[in-house]
Amino acid sequence: MNLIEKHPILEFQRGRKVQFFFDGQEMEGFEGEPIAAALHANGVRIYRVTPEMKRPRGFFCAIGKCSSCFMVVDGVPNVRTCVTALTEGMRVETQTGKGLVPPVGA
Amino acid sequence: MRETEILVIGGGPAGLSAALEAASLGAEVTLLDSDLKLGGQLIKQTHKFFGSKEEHAGTRGLLIADLLFRELEDYKSQGKIKVLSNCTATGYYKEDGVVSYVVGEDEYVRIRPRKIVMATGAQERLIPFHNNDLPGVYGAGAIQTLMNVYGVTPGQRVLMVGAGNIGLIVSYQLMQAGVEIVAILEALSKIGGYWVHAAKVRRMGVPILLNHTIKEALGTDVVTGAVIQEVDSKFQPVGDPQRVDCDVICLAVGLTPTCEMLWQAGCEMKFVPQLCGYVAKRDSLMRTSHPDIWVAGDAAGIEEASSAMVEGRVAGLAAAAALNYGTPEVLKERSTMYHKRLSDLRAGEVGEKIREGLCQVCCECWGA
Repeated sequence: MNLIEKHPILEFQRGRKVQFFFDGQEMEGFEGEPIAAALHANGVRIYRVTPEMKRPRGFFCAIGKCSSCFMVVDGVPNVRTCVTALTEGMRVETQTGKGLVPPVGA
Repeated sequence: MRETEILVIGGGPAGLSAALEAASLGAEVTLLDSDLKLGGQLIKQTHKFFGSKEEHAGTRGLLIADLLFRELEDYKSQGKIKVLSNCTATGYYKEDGVVSYVVGEDEYVRIRPRKIVMATGAQERLIPFHNNDLPGVYGAGAIQTLMNVYGVTPGQRVLMVGAGNIGLIVSYQLMQAGVEIVAILEALSKIGGYWVHAAKVRRMGVPILLNHTIKEALGTDVVTGAVIQEVDSKFQPVGDPQRVDCDVICLAVGLTPTCEMLWQAGCEMKFVPQLCGYVAKRDSLMRTSHPDIWVAGDAAGIEEASSAMVEGRVAGLAAAAALNYGTPEVLKERSTMYHKRLSDLRAGEVGEKIREGLCQVCCECWGA
């Protein structure tokens, strides 16, 4: 895990450890942290692939403004993973293209 | 539909201060913030602030945020301030003054405020270079969030682009987190930030390469290196480009005010290079040309957190006063004090650019 264990000034108050899934693979993160931070700590840096040029995209602004970190979360596309909190058992997937809006009632 | 007396949009240093000030006069305030945690950029600052005692000089930014949070708790428990975190403002509707926001990613809500303080902050600028969209090219604010709020290491070797205060401070913060800084690039021939910050990173052995810029990010899926280039005073290449190994390229090339809502509300706007973008014209109490909307902090022009907090106080005070809270004596006394603090913060050589910018957008008053 890419976590800062020792810091001269900061003490990190992390949430409880939870399991989640990235493209089907089980990973560990802290409840309540942004999904993007949990992925980065697990070494995942590609979050989506652009619709036309098929370019990889990842973390960028971390304030929910740039759309770089859009992913499919629990079946819902275009989730701003930098400002969406991680929860137990969450299913996070790399988003390819624009993503499909799930049918109503799904 | 929800109703509130004063809606403060943005829970960073300016917005928090505006909400606290308005509530201190008795107004009922709703504080809206898009992040999971309140505090904006303030909670990411490990360095000690400058200014005077009133601005908590000598205290680390994140501890100043704690002081504001403590004050906030009192008003929350009294029901004077309602905090809505993880709520992104999405629109201002001119016809009825309603603001819409989204809770998380799915629930849309409308709120009708009587007065609004826009403290929406800033967003990172991007510079053009080949492959600048590769994962690993991150904004400086994003890196601060990752490492200082959530304790995640952004990478092993970082190339910093920009030697302004943010580039220098974030470089130092990266080293505190155990990350190596390959170099700090600065296209200009001088360091833009304060010498005290530059000296700290130089003492740690980090090269600050003046007259250097980034030409290309290397890597197929993620950043594995960069091509850097020396330039002359007209930004034309000098000599051969050089290759450096790094896994993160951090962009600290400036910020621009977040002003979409102000445009939507029809506030008179002006492009002011010294304030780093379009900003709303305002009177001395931070009221925009829209009689119900005030502005504060980086949204009103890129400056720094100390002045953002004072501007927030001014805007909160004036918005509450417009709803008849506070006596004329209290308003006069506090606004005089805040204006004095702002002019102290903006005094001298370091405040010159800000002063030049402000005189282009400040008017005495909007008339009766």
